[in-house]
Amino acid sequence: MSPQEQLAAALARIPYAQFLGVRAELKGDELTLIMPFAAHLIGNPLLPALHGGVVGALMELTALTQLAISSKSQAFPKTIDINVDYLRSGKPVDTFARARVVKIGRRIANVQAEAWQAERNNAIAAMHGHFMIPDDGEASA
Amino acid sequence: MSDSPKSDGIGYATGDSGIDRVNAMVQFTPQAKALGVSVIQTAKGRALGKVPYRAELVGDPSTGVIAGGVLTTFLDQLCGAAAVLAMDQPSIVATIDLRIDYMRPAQPGRDVLAEAQCYKIGKTIAFVRATAYEDSPDNPIAHATAAFAINSSRKPKR
Repeated sequence: MSPQEQLAAALARIPYAQFLGVRAELKGDELTLIMPFAAHLIGNPLLPALHGGVVGALMELTALTQLAISSKSQAFPKTIDINVDYLRSGKPVDTFARARVVKIGRRIANVQAEAWQAERNNAIAAMHGHFMIPDDGEASA
Repeated sequence: MSDSPKSDGIGYATGDSGIDRVNAMVQFTPQAKALGVSVIQTAKGRALGKVPYRAELVGDPSTGVIAGGVLTTFLDQLCGAAAVLAMDQPSIVATIDLRIDYMRPAQPGRDVLAEAQCYKIGKTIAFVRATAYEDSPDNPIAHATAAFAINSSRKPKR
């Protein structure tokens, strides 16, 4: 399988990723997660706007997946904490997210992520968080 | 709704209009409905809510643990409800920022409860914290801290 196919298979195994409808694109080692608009992602039907929680969830999932790629680990990292800044309301359109691994330590990694819609340079939300790197020994546990 | 999960027991009132108001908010929120979120008890500036365990919300298929993103949405929703419950005149809130600390994985197969408390509200900003757990807030799954802008986003057109 190509890395892109491996990634698609990994996401297909995560029920919550399917619940969000997320899919992945991999260019080299740079990952973009795409969350196509769906009615159940709405948080405020009057505006309408995406639920802040799903935008946060998309960035967390992007950070976890990018970290798994960057750390070449077989197992997914575990989230320690996330900080989400909401910059503008998410419109009812497709949302994209990319993450940047700032530092991979021995056990803990620091990762930043951004989510955007029509314009890459107008992020709707930003996240940074800390993630536990799985031990190689328990990689397949 | 007659069961009363353990909480730190500060003055929850059932049957008040607050619980109807925030559950109406949940029913009006497609993503909260999709997760099955409900508010069980309310008090001034406080909400106790639940998200039921469901296989389709699992984030780690090898363990069956619910995804962190589910808790993010649940805690955001419940913190927003607590902010609205702190107001004398209910208004719309928008999340400015949200921090979540994950202390341990949620137990597979168990519903997750959370208590949110709006500990400070001003004219424009509400500050809220929340704890998620299965049985007792003394054994938390996750803790959230959030700030909300009050009525900051474009008002709904009527």
